Amino acid sequence: MGMVVKSVTSFGRSGLSDWLVQRVSGVVLLAYFLVVGGYLVCEGSTMDYAQWSAFFASTFMRVFSTAAVLSVIAHAWIGLWAVSTDYLTERMMGGKGLVLRLAFQAASAVVLFTYLVWGIQILWS
Amino acid sequence: MLKVSLYRYNPEVDQEPYMQDVELDTGGKDLMVLDVLELLKAKDPSLTYRRSCREGVCGSDGMNINGKNGLACITPISEALKNGKGGNTLVLRPLPGLPVIRDLIIDMSLFYKQYEKIKPYLINNTPAPAIERLQSPEERAKLDGLYECILCACCSTACPSFWWNPDRFIGPSGLLQAYRFLADSRDTATEQRLSELDDPFSVFRCHGIQNCVNVCPKGLNPTRAIGHIRNMLLNRAS
Amino acid sequence: MANVRTITFDGVIVGGGGAGMRAALQLAQSGYKTAVISKVFPTRSHTVSAQGGITCAIASADPQDQWQWHMYDTVKGSDYIGDQDAIEYMTSVGPEAVFELDHMGLPFSRTEEGRIYQRPFGGQSKNFGEGGQAARTCAAADRTGHALLHTLYQGNLKNNTVFFNEWFATDIVKNQDGAVVGVMAICIETGEVVYVKAKATVFATGGAGRIYASTTNAHINTGDGVGMALRAGFPVQDIEMWQFHPTGIAGAGVLVTEGCRGEGGYLINKDGERFMERYAPNAKDLAGRDVVARSMTLEILEGRGCGPNGDHVFLKLDHLGEEVLESRLPGICELSRTFAHADPVKEPVPVVPTCHYMMGGIPTNIHGQALTVDASGNDQVIPGLYACGEVACVSVHGANRLGGNSLLDLVVFGRASGLFIEKALREGIDMRDASESDLEQANERLNRVNNSKGGEKVADLRTELQNVMQNHFGVFRRGDFMQEGVKKLADLRGRIENAHLEDKSNAYNTARIEALELQNLFEVAEATAIAAEERKESRGAHAREDFQDRDDENWLCHSMYFPGEKRVGKRAVNFAPKTREAFAPKVRTY
Repeated sequence: MGMVVKSVTSFGRSGLSDWLVQRVSGVVLLAYFLVVGGYLVCEGSTMDYAQWSAFFASTFMRVFSTAAVLSVIAHAWIGLWAVSTDYLTERMMGGKGLVLRLAFQAASAVVLFTYLVWGIQILWS
Repeated sequence: MLKVSLYRYNPEVDQEPYMQDVELDTGGKDLMVLDVLELLKAKDPSLTYRRSCREGVCGSDGMNINGKNGLACITPISEALKNGKGGNTLVLRPLPGLPVIRDLIIDMSLFYKQYEKIKPYLINNTPAPAIERLQSPEERAKLDGLYECILCACCSTACPSFWWNPDRFIGPSGLLQAYRFLADSRDTATEQRLSELDDPFSVFRCHGIQNCVNVCPKGLNPTRAIGHIRNMLLNRAS
Repeated sequence: MANVRTITFDGVIVGGGGAGMRAALQLAQSGYKTAVISKVFPTRSHTVSAQGGITCAIASADPQDQWQWHMYDTVKGSDYIGDQDAIEYMTSVGPEAVFELDHMGLPFSRTEEGRIYQRPFGGQSKNFGEGGQAARTCAAADRTGHALLHTLYQGNLKNNTVFFNEWFATDIVKNQDGAVVGVMAICIETGEVVYVKAKATVFATGGAGRIYASTTNAHINTGDGVGMALRAGFPVQDIEMWQFHPTGIAGAGVLVTEGCRGEGGYLINKDGERFMERYAPNAKDLAGRDVVARSMTLEILEGRGCGPNGDHVFLKLDHLGEEVLESRLPGICELSRTFAHADPVKEPVPVVPTCHYMMGGIPTNIHGQALTVDASGNDQVIPGLYACGEVACVSVHGANRLGGNSLLDLVVFGRASGLFIEKALREGIDMRDASESDLEQANERLNRVNNSKGGEKVADLRTELQNVMQNHFGVFRRGDFMQEGVKKLADLRGRIENAHLEDKSNAYNTARIEALELQNLFEVAEATAIAAEERKESRGAHAREDFQDRDDENWLCHSMYFPGEKRVGKRAVNFAPKTREAFAPKVRTY
């Protein structure tokens, strides 16, 4: 039916999947910060760089950190996409809404992609 | 004397809208806001607003009363002043977020369009029985809190998500009705209805702000209905 | 008139309430180009306020129930001037029409068996008055009208009816043969005037309760259809018959349903006495509405009213318990708390008889065709014009309507009109086009209002009109008093026609609409007054102090008010139902 809004730039192209990804990534990030935060609280006062580095070098933490990076990317994309489609619209600002929105989305994409590559590089090289 | 501040705008005369301050002798009575408007209109017939049943069931006179959306006919002055904005002055503005046609009257086309989008009618292509389609009291009870919507638009025009995307987000009122048909044991189009709601805007622009629940003059809870729709979508997809 | 745009449809329905939308639905389903002109968004129509339900023998509460019993009740309720062929049609077709509503999705309340819940209402009996109280009113809690109106609007959306929402029909367009070929209408939002041309014009404009100062009716109930018909020279029937609903909330006018008494509530006077036991020993609080309203008025007049001014009585509901009240009568609890500042769970609701329903209207046959009477007293169909719902007088309500019968009336006859028009369109309708001068004539009134210069304020004149009607043509009526009222109205006519429209702007000018509505109100009021003065008997809702008895010899007939010469004629009541013998007039007791 013609009424359905097709959103080629949305993350999962379905409202439900975006919504679910947002929730799951949120949970992953929360867990990640609890683990890292918990480690800092327990060991932080006496910790040196070697310890900190070793903590992240374990396979578990590498996988976990990768999941967190991916979650940041997905979470941020969905959030920023929603912001852009709320405020940067033809309804609000006429013809330049489309240009601004696509520019904003492109810029967000570049930044997030950079974070992704950078994050993986740090974690896996 | 009651001080009243009225949003005035006549497109044929005014460059832009302005607030008009008037006073009214209410005889010390705690009138309904609509009664106040009727008395003011008797003096100044150019004052423009919608009204019909004057008992809170037709949904004509939704407006922003001292900062809060509500029905003029069932909001007493005393309650209006408790809304906070305006102090001892009764402040009446059109519902926010949609274009103003004149004074307190807004153009509700987008609101109605969203309502129409959800196919607000029973769909059941199986042959109808000679009597009514049976429905147990328990099945019928699922429609309570849904079918009572009067389409006054108080909720949708209080919703920031609807302000930003009134053309793409169905809005609390339309979604309440969407769920009213999803929840009806006599309706067989559940799958079709759900598939038409599963885009990033129709349902999922609801961020649970709950302004809709806060203003609904009929005490309905669109946020809860939206949660039910989301659960149905989740159920269907997993 | 070259500047008036013409829009053409097969059928145009004026009025977006229950009757109009049921008629529109029928036509739209048959594929004909159908438009509804409604001065408010359809779900804001007054049908939305109907509470208690739709009376119909669907045999849910009582498997033995039959439509003939319902027919008997309705004939008796009408005080025998309801047309028996029409009542027979309504009560027998009713179940089908109600089941259709369920199939369309109306959220009726349910019984344990899954069937539609039915509650007792006033004037209902089993076995032709011999079997005690019946429960025949199908309900969706106490919001049946709301549920029904929304369901019908939804059905029309499904079937692509064209809606002219917030358009106001100003006058009938007649061609040179006197046939109705559409209406003039004004778009309220823009002020544009359009000729809506149609082969069938259906008036479903509802009632005119706003002729009275105290009414349960919405602000919009201004008798626009009756006004237009009278201005076009067509007669109206039984227009003196106005129902005063026993339970309007004192002071506010807001209705609380008869269903309250159906569920077990009852009326008490200041001594706490259940006074209806004296007036109607059998049916008590569920006697006909006219009977209950008169009894209440007598209690008040005789000094047994409640409150500091003794000007109302109480409706006691608290003994029903919170659970019943909140599940069966949730809307009533809400209204009572808001408008009477009384919580029915704890205290009684102050109520007073309040103008509620216009039994009279445009005379029609059971197909909705509008009728007039020729010189020799024969019915003549008015080509092109149809009416259904409250504006019509089929007549199924006669001198007093039973509770729950108005929703049935509008569904059954809205549907019947649609069915008939569909058939007529298929067979071909041929009418001459309206000429330029026909259109000019139809626009004359609007132009006069638009060009008004001096004159009095619409709001002041409306208040004056309402007070005259309230004081001179209320629950009890008296000849000399009514004559005085008629004189006052004669004085008002010129003043209302020359009322001043100060604001001549085009964008959503409600002042213009109110000026036009006031003229419609006046037409209804004057017809009511003259017909009421003429009917020299007491029957149903028409209770005269100077003629206290029913006079079957002279007045077992419809009154017909002809606007041209302001004359009241008579028209025979139908006593020839098709499938059974007629119910002969009896003394009416409850």
